[in-house]
Amino acid sequence: MTEPLIDIRHLSVPLPRGADRAFAVEDLSLTLNRGEILCVVGETGSGKSLTALSLMGLLPTNLPRPQGEILFEGRDLLGLSRRDRLQLSGRRLAMVFQEPIAALNPIYRVGAQVSEVFRLHTDLKRDEIRDKVIDLFREVRLPDPEAILRAYPHQLSGGQCQRVMIATALALDPALLIADEPTTALDVTTQAQILKLMLDLRSKHGTGILFITHDFGVVAEIADRVAVMRHGKLVEIGTRDAVLNDPQADYTRQLIAAVPRLAPKTTAAVLGAPVLSAEGLTKTYKTRTMLGTGREVQALKGVDVTLRRGETLGLVGESGSGKSTLAQCVIRLVEPDGGEVVIDNGAFTGLTGSALRHARRKVQIVFQDPYTALDPRHAVGDAIAEGPIIHGLPREQAKARALELIEAVGLERSAARRFPHEFSGGQRQRICIARALAVRPDLLIADESVSALDVSVQAQILELLARMQKDLQFGLLFITHDLRVASRICDRIAVMQRGEIVEQGPAADLFAHPRNAYTRELLSAVPGRDWQDRPSQGPQP
Amino acid sequence: MSRPNVITVLASGILTAAVAVAVFGNVFTPHLVTDQALLSRLQPPAFMEGGSAEFPLGTDRIGRDMVARLVAGLQMSLSVALAGTLIGAIFGTFVGFLAAHFRGLTEEILMMFVDFQASLPFILIALTLLAFFGNSMVLFVILMGMFGWETYARLARGVVLSARAQPYARAVEALGAGPGRLYLRHILPNVASALIVQVTLTFPQIILLETSLSFLGLGIQPPNTSLGQILGDGRDYLSTAWWISVWPGLLIFLITLSMSLLGDALRDRLDPMLKTRTT
Repeated sequence: MTEPLIDIRHLSVPLPRGADRAFAVEDLSLTLNRGEILCVVGETGSGKSLTALSLMGLLPTNLPRPQGEILFEGRDLLGLSRRDRLQLSGRRLAMVFQEPIAALNPIYRVGAQVSEVFRLHTDLKRDEIRDKVIDLFREVRLPDPEAILRAYPHQLSGGQCQRVMIATALALDPALLIADEPTTALDVTTQAQILKLMLDLRSKHGTGILFITHDFGVVAEIADRVAVMRHGKLVEIGTRDAVLNDPQADYTRQLIAAVPRLAPKTTAAVLGAPVLSAEGLTKTYKTRTMLGTGREVQALKGVDVTLRRGETLGLVGESGSGKSTLAQCVIRLVEPDGGEVVIDNGAFTGLTGSALRHARRKVQIVFQDPYTALDPRHAVGDAIAEGPIIHGLPREQAKARALELIEAVGLERSAARRFPHEFSGGQRQRICIARALAVRPDLLIADESVSALDVSVQAQILELLARMQKDLQFGLLFITHDLRVASRICDRIAVMQRGEIVEQGPAADLFAHPRNAYTRELLSAVPGRDWQDRPSQGPQP
Repeated sequence: MSRPNVITVLASGILTAAVAVAVFGNVFTPHLVTDQALLSRLQPPAFMEGGSAEFPLGTDRIGRDMVARLVAGLQMSLSVALAGTLIGAIFGTFVGFLAAHFRGLTEEILMMFVDFQASLPFILIALTLLAFFGNSMVLFVILMGMFGWETYARLARGVVLSARAQPYARAVEALGAGPGRLYLRHILPNVASALIVQVTLTFPQIILLETSLSFLGLGIQPPNTSLGQILGDGRDYLSTAWWISVWPGLLIFLITLSMSLLGDALRDRLDPMLKTRTT
């Protein structure tokens, strides 16, 4: 065994005084070999991103200096001068971030931004740089490299932007690539392609990759070794198969158990009367420019949806497939251009003014981001009681109902007097669910409601939704981009693509015998598909 | 929260003192603002030769006590500016909310008025209106209120549009809340900080506007008085009795400067960009 590419010894990143713990990363030691892919897994606040940032010397300036050693090619990265650090960054060490679109400067052409690396670190001439960049774009399999060279970031898709970022990172053939959740913001099919690209690059260039992720599916796809972190400490480290199949630490076991499997739920729901029937919903977005020449996007092309009491319909699809627009049209936060929505045997489209406000009681929504979904200036109890008060329940009874719901969603009664910022993301999502259920809706729409949450919290929220549905018998329209999550909770699944439902059916049927090509593509792109069930294979050389 | 800095403390001290003097000053002044002492005309302040303890800051051209005059002027200037600022803030914010709520044609027409107002120098509008309708206290206060409403309208429209797109506002809408509840209980408290900062920026501007109009003789008319009017009174005596102009000038300077400094401090503190999300 040769000496490791990077050797982290007793790394500690202290937090400022008054933070909830003393160290963001505490006494972390790990190594990464040449040509190896090490996945660092952990939930929010585990310190995995700060570890990556301290490797790159990009820690936020308000943090105290990190302690310990990070040995890379014989030098301690923590002791480097600014000048030496600049020599290394981009040349020997490179990083790819989570939000590819935010990492590119919107006012420069993509080609110019990639060229910058060469301009900074080499003496190549303009033409030579151009050829190099085109070669790189080919290598990361961007279609039509010449055109992309001249494009602006907003003209590219998220996946294309991430390829550009990877190209930039690889420009000078670094020894170490640090990737911080590089596929989290991408669609599942795009994610699958990027992961494959990472594997190819590793085998071709022998680059060591430190891959940070929260998703065990991704780990199963690409990792050679896995490090599990929690509260800034290393919980467990080992080869992929050892960690995934035979986890030693309790925490790792819990995390792995919480990962949703791609296995449809088997217990059949008790179905009641139809609660939602939407027919022929259409919606076209028009963007107008100064000169009036607009661009039209058909977000919905005549979609039909039906749902019964006690049933959960999963709406899956990638970004831009129209699934959120469908939800917004059903709840009429966006006006559909055409089509009918009938909720609980009463027309919902066509209502206006106070009739609409009155009918809004029947359908409620829980949004994706629990941080912006609650009014920061209202106490939790008031927020939950607001709906019933609007619909005429006396204040005292509304408060009492709010307290009941706070308990039902698993929070302390004292939460009623506290404000949203005092709660964690998962707790806030519970509050949002309580607020939506306070008006006793017939239909609940969950629009990516668990996508922003950690996997263990995700499992709890899914369980909460299922339990509340069993008690209250509402219909649940569950929108998600994650087939594994959908399989866990949905009775029926509808797959959307480009504003249409391309296939729908009972979850078990759909997963076992997908008829539509796009459904099959989605299913095969699920990261680490079935690794929980399939016999283990040795790590790739 | 960080310690407030010295300048902010000083600025709020000066403003508090100014308000206290305006409210309670009358109790302590021995002379009425209208008392004339023709024998002590143009008497210099007490600390100068020829001054007396009876008139600590001197007297004006008809022997009125400068202290009493300044207190009365301060009262007038502050209340006119306050009334003007409030009228402008409320009216402008209302227009902004209307525009953001109705969108479409209503919004375009309202914003056209805003652009119209913003494209004309306000002093010109003020002079024209005062010339046409003559001067009255009511008209003057309304005129002050007209100043700056367009900034509130623009600002309010912008912040309301972005607040309405927030999931919490949409969730409240989905609960079936009417526009009144949505805007007053949810959106207004969340956008208030931006508007409050704007108030602190407009207030000194209105004081200056009142002062300049009164200085020109178009603002507050005798027997009422304001800081600007006293300042204008002293114009002819600058070489012989500088104190008539300097005292009100100094007050105006201190008040507007303090208010602007306080506004800056408030903006830094309330700026949503500086707030971090606690996870």
